[in-house]
Amino acid sequence: MEDFTPVSGLAGGMLIGLATALLMLFNGRIAGISGIVGGLLGRKASEVGWRAMFAAGLLLGALAYVLAVGGTFSVKVEASLPVMVAAGLLVGLGTRLGSGCTSGHGVSGIARLSRRSIVATLVFMGAAALTVFVVGLVG
Amino acid sequence: MRTGVLRLGVALLSGALFGLGLAVSGMANPAKVIGFLDVAGDWDPTLAFVMGGAILVAGPAYHLIFRRRQRPVLAGDFELPAKKDVDVRLIGGSALFGVGWGLSGFCPGPAVVALVPALASGIVPVFAFVVAMVAGMAIYERIF
Repeated sequence: MEDFTPVSGLAGGMLIGLATALLMLFNGRIAGISGIVGGLLGRKASEVGWRAMFAAGLLLGALAYVLAVGGTFSVKVEASLPVMVAAGLLVGLGTRLGSGCTSGHGVSGIARLSRRSIVATLVFMGAAALTVFVVGLVG
Repeated sequence: MRTGVLRLGVALLSGALFGLGLAVSGMANPAKVIGFLDVAGDWDPTLAFVMGGAILVAGPAYHLIFRRRQRPVLAGDFELPAKKDVDVRLIGGSALFGVGWGLSGFCPGPAVVALVPALASGIVPVFAFVVAMVAGMAIYERIF
């Protein structure tokens, strides 16, 4: 548990909660990243304006952090390039098929006590933990 | 017109706070997320604190918003999912997502946010993941 960082975790989480609350109060929309990014794609793309602004905001927020602390934040990828490509495909397809990801189901959905979101969160967390366990056995 | 511009401004601000929150929380680092998912190994509970902190704010805020307001400040309606039943798509999609999340340590938000440090230091797998993720979403649009 040497890497456990509860204070920055809680603080970052509360910022995410604030962002989620603001988007609902003012725009009436769920801050779900897979829905926002996915909604920009395809012929059925809709409400492209705010979705593009939100996505740009994600990058700006990260950039603001980098500028504020005067250094980058750590991104350590352990999987190989082909595994990352396969994982990206699964995450893209899976989140759209399942109508949400960690933000839309895990935060917004649980915050409004949606049964579908609670089930989805349990399923993707369980599948992810099982995958990490199996990778640990194989690798 | 003016309301439309304000809506875009709120979306930008909300996205920026969300991105900042992900950076602060450490969740843009796949190694840290895998540390949470690795319950049988050297477990790092941080992700639970991130989700907990987010729900701690968003839960009561949602409750107040839906109780006090008929409509959002800048829009005509609250757009909430109409579906109530747990179906095969929800379970299957979430399971596929979970496998991808476990393999990489990335879910959609953190992957986008990680593009910023990846751009600075040239971490190719981050770009590869995001391109593949967008392709996966586009495949969904083609098929479903």
